[in-house]
Amino acid sequence: MQTDLASPATKTETLLYVTGLSKRYLRGGLLSRRRTQVQALHSVELTLRAGSTLALIGASGSGKSTLARCLVCLEKADTGEIWFAGKNLLTLTNHELAPFRQQIQLIFQDPAGSLNPRLNAIEVISEPLLIAGLGKRERRARALELMELVGLPAGWGSQLPCEFSGGQRRRLAIARALALEPKVLILDEALTGLDLSIQAQISNLLLELQSALSLSYLLISHDFGLVAHLADEVAVLHQGKIVEMATTQQWLQNVHSLSSEALVACFAGSGQ
Amino acid sequence: MIRFLARRLAYAVFLLLGVSLLTFVLIDLAPGQYLAEMRLNPQISVQTLSALESQYGLNQPLPVRYARWLGSVSRGELGFSFEYNSAVWPLIKVRVRNTLILTITALICSWSLAISIGLWSAVRHDRWEDRIFGVGTSLLLATPNILIGLGLLAFALHVRWLPTGGMNSLGLGEAGVFVRAKDLALHLLLPVAALVAGALPLLVRHVRSAMVGVLNSSFIVAARGHGVPRFRLLLRHALPAAMNPLISLLGVSVGTLLSGSLLIEVIMSWPGLGPMLLQAILERDPYIVIAAVMFSTLFLVVGNLFSDVLLYGSDPRIKCEP
Repeated sequence: MQTDLASPATKTETLLYVTGLSKRYLRGGLLSRRRTQVQALHSVELTLRAGSTLALIGASGSGKSTLARCLVCLEKADTGEIWFAGKNLLTLTNHELAPFRQQIQLIFQDPAGSLNPRLNAIEVISEPLLIAGLGKRERRARALELMELVGLPAGWGSQLPCEFSGGQRRRLAIARALALEPKVLILDEALTGLDLSIQAQISNLLLELQSALSLSYLLISHDFGLVAHLADEVAVLHQGKIVEMATTQQWLQNVHSLSSEALVACFAGSGQ
Repeated sequence: MIRFLARRLAYAVFLLLGVSLLTFVLIDLAPGQYLAEMRLNPQISVQTLSALESQYGLNQPLPVRYARWLGSVSRGELGFSFEYNSAVWPLIKVRVRNTLILTITALICSWSLAISIGLWSAVRHDRWEDRIFGVGTSLLLATPNILIGLGLLAFALHVRWLPTGGMNSLGLGEAGVFVRAKDLALHLLLPVAALVAGALPLLVRHVRSAMVGVLNSSFIVAARGHGVPRFRLLLRHALPAAMNPLISLLGVSVGTLLSGSLLIEVIMSWPGLGPMLLQAILERDPYIVIAAVMFSTLFLVVGNLFSDVLLYGSDPRIKCEP
């Protein structure tokens, strides 16, 4: 395992630093005979640099989504530290956490399901802006601005999510995530299931937004082409542990761990 | 919206006509009739009986009686009560009002409580508080309404400050509106409590399961992730999403509460349709029975129509559908 990227020496230039993060789930009810523990994350070490993209790859069930949910504090990790803007997020109270939560936003795996079907596009985008204490008119103006930023015509603001196509819903989800001007966007398989041309459009949009807004991405993906296109660094998660971390170039040329080999072989077999 | 309403109203009219015809046929098929007991009385002559039969129209075939009843409905009389020797509507209008007061109060109370408890229970899903409420609702669900009513009456007798029957206290002729309203509220307390206790377990379980499903859905998790405050998350995002099955249940719960109220009115001497319907059945006074059934159906139909309109108004996706 290459740990130089996550070493404390580089913490000064890092935006998000995770160390020793563990999370386990209990399976089975209180009175169940088969009560088992599932170790979803095991002492995860991770570093995300400002303005860069870190790809998190791994087989299904390796703990990628759990890690994403822990980073946005949707799940409480059992042990470890998540350092962001000089604070360990795991030691903060809910009230203290609020401003930091705004800075790390998650775009979910299923954008259709992650948008409230009863709210129109403007309401979907402006909902997180309530936290910022903006008035109704300001929220609307900001939502329209964000729609244009992600390439959605402002005239579609009153449409419901069910009236948008798959690609447009991704754009809507990105616009919502950008509403609070975050520093980190976690893209949990956010481009999965799109056809290639739409995927290319959205990934180009992400690159444009990254350079315009100085965003950092944690890209969770199975798509090696996308990883190669978007990511600066790659971290491989296997059974809840980071088994490899390298720059994308290094990693693609020189696979170290057995799980990475298995992943590459798997994707090479599927033609990616 | 107007087309939607017009279609629903047309269905409602057909339903009411169907129910009225069915009630007519079933009452006609039931053994015994109003004059049956008189026939056993040797002091009443056959001529008198046949004169009464032709006066009440009982010697006419069923279609003729039904047509005559429809005519009386169009005049606002709803038929003729043999027992009270009067048109039915003036007899039952106060009773209908009283039943409506009881049922609507119970409906509002049971739904307010069900939403609050169901929501609270869903938020504490699988915790000990939720489990305790689960056991409580199961126990209440297994208890017959009549037992709940009798238990509440026993409680009222024990505490002595709750009225055990009727709708108003005696001697309130000159009292002001506030005193009357307070008195009515006090009299409503027991029958409403009995009805709510009967209806609540089912409603709470529906609200809870609908909310648990919605609270685990992706868009709620996403809204949490985007930092939407908890209270807003529940009321603005989760509750409206859980509302569709609950609004449909609202229409059905009107019927459940109404049938419950007919029983509770008898037990608690509430001067509504229930005691009158029971008496009319015992006296074989068919047009009062038919009117009571028709009003019950009407409440149910209006309840369902109201829930359809609410559903139409609350879910914007329904308007998207062709």
